[in-house]
Amino acid sequence: MESNIENMPKKNIFSAQIDVAKFEKATEEEKRQQDVMSESTTFFKDGMKRLMKNPLAVGSMIFLILIVLVILIAPKVVPYSYSQINTVNGVRDKGAKNMKPFEYSELEQKYMAEGGKVFPHIMGTDEQCRDYFIRVVYGTRVSLSIGLVASVMVLIIGLLYGSISGYFGGRVDLVMMRIVDIIYSLPDLLMVILLSVVLGATITPLIEGTSLAKIGTNLIALFIVYALLYWVGMARLVRGQILTIKSNDYVLAARATGAKSGRIIRKHIIPNCISVIFISTALQVPSAIFTESYLSFLGLGVSAPMPSLGSLANYAREGLVSYPYKLIFPAVVIILIVLSFNLLGDGLRDAFDPKLKK
Amino acid sequence: MNNEYLIEVENLKQYFPIKTGFFKTTPLKAVDGVSFKIKPGETLGLVGESGCGKTTVGRSILRLYEPTDGVVKYNGEIITASNMQEYRKHMQMVFQDPYSSLNPRMTVEDIIGEPLDVHKLYENKAQRREKILSLMELVGLNAEHATRYAHEFSGGQRQRIGIARALAVDPKFIVCDEAVSALDVSIQAQVINMFEDLQQKLGVAYLFIAHDLLVVRHISNRIAVMYLGRIVEVGDADDVYEHPQHPYTESLLSAVPIPDPIQAKENKRIVLSGDVPSPMNMPTGCAFRTRCRYATERCATECPSLLDRGNGHEVACFNR
Ligand SMILES: Nc1ncnc2c1ncn2[C@@H]1O[C@H](COP(=O)(O)OP(=O)(O)O)[C@@H](O)[C@H]1O
Ligand SMILES: [Mg+2]
Repeated sequence: MESNIENMPKKNIFSAQIDVAKFEKATEEEKRQQDVMSESTTFFKDGMKRLMKNPLAVGSMIFLILIVLVILIAPKVVPYSYSQINTVNGVRDKGAKNMKPFEYSELEQKYMAEGGKVFPHIMGTDEQCRDYFIRVVYGTRVSLSIGLVASVMVLIIGLLYGSISGYFGGRVDLVMMRIVDIIYSLPDLLMVILLSVVLGATITPLIEGTSLAKIGTNLIALFIVYALLYWVGMARLVRGQILTIKSNDYVLAARATGAKSGRIIRKHIIPNCISVIFISTALQVPSAIFTESYLSFLGLGVSAPMPSLGSLANYAREGLVSYPYKLIFPAVVIILIVLSFNLLGDGLRDAFDPKLKK
Repeated sequence: MNNEYLIEVENLKQYFPIKTGFFKTTPLKAVDGVSFKIKPGETLGLVGESGCGKTTVGRSILRLYEPTDGVVKYNGEIITASNMQEYRKHMQMVFQDPYSSLNPRMTVEDIIGEPLDVHKLYENKAQRREKILSLMELVGLNAEHATRYAHEFSGGQRQRIGIARALAVDPKFIVCDEAVSALDVSIQAQVINMFEDLQQKLGVAYLFIAHDLLVVRHISNRIAVMYLGRIVEVGDADDVYEHPQHPYTESLLSAVPIPDPIQAKENKRIVLSGDVPSPMNMPTGCAFRTRCRYATERCATECPSLLDRGNGHEVACFNR
């Protein structure tokens, strides 16, 4: 080989021809280095690394973790109840009505003068003399859990429906997708309101005396409505994903080796669409919280005395001019939660969706 | 049990129903009566324009599509939908696209190990790993990369992974569906050489599908030329290449670039007029007659069948 290169005619200085002598044969070591181009990372690690580089997503994640910590810890620290009138040293405090943040009632001031300790009302109190902070905390709890439960329900129904439709295809798919189209075309706000009213009336006798009664008929109706209407988007997404994945040669290769449907779904289809599905579930949470909030605002949400962020905002309307902060607190919490879920969802999509990979 | 032929395909037909109206479906005749035989350890090259049904032939043989009609025999025994599972250990496939044929969420180890898992071809984890590593070595992959994901490899290496997966069950027959078409020319040569080496070592038979006659000539013992779902010419590789008889093969060969410029000048290129007819609306009689220089009236009414012109060189044409 070397003698070959030496025998080559000398390169003319003006010629554009490449000078062969400048090239050296790669050693085995160098060849091996060329073998693998990128560092080995798993899909998950790779995605997390990209997620951590997105300041908005990281900020949202931190905020959501803080919110969760607050709603878990606050009820243990704050000595007030969301449903009961304030008591000072065992005496019901009728004077603690509509107080401003960090204001103390006469009874409390007297008690403090005597040397007693009173926990401050961080957000004041409402017109029924209840601590507003603890009500907002419980409201956030209720709203968040509704958001999560509703999204998980949407995920389960949509996943089952969409994967059956997408995997089996053909006539089954045709019929199932027409049903989805019909549900999709219903005006959802109207349907939600109608169904909550009707379901609210039919469920009440059914659940009387069971533990479900505690949750309240409105809330159960809300879940049912949400599950009935909002799974269609998820079903469409799952079906689309499965159709795309199914057309890949690696699924055909698996069938050629004799793999059964179960294995193909488990090993090939689910791992390739799971991230997209989880991301859209994360984006479903704020939409569920929003639906709950406006239903509660319209008086169709959780039943009193259980607060939710929406119903708190609704009650705050009455004294809006005198006590605007009562609307501001729950509204700001709703906005921040919805915003951070959306930002986090977007960040997750950018980090994990392979199609957007740079 | 020991037959002369490993694979026998008889009158294979594959029609796809295509919706042409609200309630109407028209069959798309992707493969319309194909027959051929492959001996153990032999390579049959299958060439033809894109869309003539080569991929469909390969997939129907492996029952990735349920054939509309026809018989496929392995070692003299007819393969049916119900006994196919057993034959999947003997017949495998290498795919055209090295990107979509490997699952991006699986490591190389799991990709190659999948056939082993499906057929439970190992007793313990150590044995599985040992088998995978020896397969990687066999196709020239660095065994240190077993835990890597497919996207970290180049096209040629990915194709090697696909070949290792096909070899995992120790098959006697592999369909190579344009297995090198997506690769750079320099890498094509490496992979083709590897296919030949593997054939010598393991004695596998190939159905080697390609649209490039040069590639096929190099590796094949016999060549079959397909046009619109039918085989129009089949014979020994050199025979077909040097003495093409069917007008379609002639034109295919004249389109192959010839390295020698003087010889290239003498060779007149036969340029086909017109487009390939749609497989949903095939011409009557001989499918090629709409583009054939020699077409006569007889070609429009009768469909020529393959006739032996000596030496097992079969041609489906009335006029040659
Ligand atoms: N699953 C399918 N459904 C409908 N038509 C198909 C399908 N697969 C292939 N075809 C059609 O069959 C014909 C042959 O395709 P194919 O076998 O892929 O050709 P080739 O591999 O020679 O390029 C084409 O017209 C193609 O559109
Ligand atoms: Mg093809």
